Amino acid sequence: MTIRSFLRHETILLLLLVIALIVLAQQSDRFFTTDNLLNQARLMAEVGLLALPMTFVIVTGGIDLSVGSIFGLAAILLGVFWHGLGLPLPLAMALAVLVGGIAGLGNGLIITRFNVPPLIATLATLALYRGLAEGISQARSVRGYPEWFFVLGQGEVLGLPTQLWFLLAIAIAAAIVLGLTTFGRTTYAIGANEVAARFSGLNVARTKLLIYTGSGLVAGLAAVIFVSRVSTTRSDMGTGLELDVITAVVLGGTSIFGGRGTIIGTLLGLILMQALKSGLALGGVKGDGTIVVIGVVLIAAILLGNLLSRNGDG
Amino acid sequence: MSFDVMQSRPSFPRRLLGFVEANGQEAIILAAIILLFVVVGVVNPRFLGNSNLTSIFSGNAYIAVAAIGMALVIISGNIDVSVGSLIGVLATIAGTLAVNGYPIIVCWLAPLAVGVAINAFVGFLVAYVRIPSIVVTLGMLSVLKGGLISATAGAWINNLPPEFMLAQFRPFGVPAPIYFMVTLTLLAALWMRYSGFGRTIYAIGGNPDAARVTGIRIERSIVCVFMIHGFFAGIAAVLFATQLQVIQSTVPPNLELTVITAAVVGGVSILGGTGTVIGSTLAAILFAAIGSALIFTNVSAYWLRAVQGLFILATVLADMARRRRLR
Repeated sequence: MTIRSFLRHETILLLLLVIALIVLAQQSDRFFTTDNLLNQARLMAEVGLLALPMTFVIVTGGIDLSVGSIFGLAAILLGVFWHGLGLPLPLAMALAVLVGGIAGLGNGLIITRFNVPPLIATLATLALYRGLAEGISQARSVRGYPEWFFVLGQGEVLGLPTQLWFLLAIAIAAAIVLGLTTFGRTTYAIGANEVAARFSGLNVARTKLLIYTGSGLVAGLAAVIFVSRVSTTRSDMGTGLELDVITAVVLGGTSIFGGRGTIIGTLLGLILMQALKSGLALGGVKGDGTIVVIGVVLIAAILLGNLLSRNGDG
Repeated sequence: MSFDVMQSRPSFPRRLLGFVEANGQEAIILAAIILLFVVVGVVNPRFLGNSNLTSIFSGNAYIAVAAIGMALVIISGNIDVSVGSLIGVLATIAGTLAVNGYPIIVCWLAPLAVGVAINAFVGFLVAYVRIPSIVVTLGMLSVLKGGLISATAGAWINNLPPEFMLAQFRPFGVPAPIYFMVTLTLLAALWMRYSGFGRTIYAIGGNPDAARVTGIRIERSIVCVFMIHGFFAGIAAVLFATQLQVIQSTVPPNLELTVITAAVVGGVSILGGTGTVIGSTLAAILFAAIGSALIFTNVSAYWLRAVQGLFILATVLADMARRRRLR
């Protein structure tokens, strides 16, 4: 029953995606070129990376509003570690990812140890982590990274953009963990009924702690990739990123109330959103017009989800 | 519990907690404001100068006004992360009407009406369609913000007529925004405490199921709460639009976080059900004072948001700890 309804949501997404791609191809003959498609893949890698752990977070019934700020903090600290403290760049990159993990761990601890609702905890850390990024950087940017560093964000490996490999690897790992492991089942169980999960002897706190830490780690990694892609660090990087990430996940069929969602769905949601963005760009809509559409899509996706699930129940 | 433990003098943290519980968060924040003014005033006497006090109280009154509405929304168990964008849009509407020669009263009232209408829609989605308020307002944030920038390209609105500048009026030598802040806070506080609807909001936030059983029409009440919030956002937008000679038709950065911070730190429990608007107004003043104090003590203002984040976090953790002790 549930399998069937999953399939149904993902089939609808796939259909929408095909329609979107056909429309895009009609609009511009430059769309269906390998170059453009790979470029689109490059552009969506950061949001895609963040959307994977966010799927876990939302499946548990939580939310992580702080990913954009963790992203900004890790990006700034990458610059500070390398340029300010003079550490070797590889070490700085590792530390930046680690900082993301620590920031995520902080979220997890606040949520699990103090029972603060995830929405509030991560809203507070959204301000805190962004504030730290602004305070540490004093609005100065860091540039002048060495040439090899750009391989990560601008280069190619085996014909595909480097970051796409990261996205694919982590997506496959996430799909296996969520779909096939005890950890994944625990994640669903928490989202479906947290109290029942706890009384069934599942380690709810540890699972959530790992998920939020993972979310931070991946945000750190995405930040390093992003810095490599745009060749500079600034403290406002990743502002509003949580909107894109949450939209991709919700569009992918993950229930905002928890308990339901798949990695495949998230990936489809992500691609659909990127197709939408590039379609708007081709149609001459600027960045600010795009976020209007993303906002509408977010609300509409949940609206539809609510209607569908109500039909399913009744 | 043994007898001599009862007899012994409670430890300082325990007495402090007792003080908080007896006098509420409001007293603490008031004490913090006074302490801040004394300390920073000693370090740099110009902090207490007339012009700086005016800029702290009058220049940030719109945040306090918006925080009143936010407090109601949070007390009812919801949240609104779009209020900054809403204020930006409403301020631009007011300014655009004003430079196009509409009657001043229309320029002042239109933002209120639009604010109420937009938030009625938000409240409808939250209450009747049952989309969590965080998602609705996150979507709304981007719709309003993106829509505003696409429509105006961030152009500045100049040449505002002088009679439009509500926030620059100074009846009896006191800037108008201060009257608004004080009057609205007191009215809202009394209304929340003594009116039936005020108690309804607390009831919904405290325990929606119990509220429903007692016959409260929750859906309608939540829509009303959001509409009232939109009304306050409209007033805040008019104060914001009229305090400078130009309106930069973009969204004031981080405004929603500042407003939420004021409401939460002012003692509005983020789980809903408790809190007062006096606390939120005091917290708004405290933050304005902190922002100003950072400048007057030569600490970079770039740390302001980190301080805000720490304050929210500390307040929320204290709230959770208090609830745990009460349980």
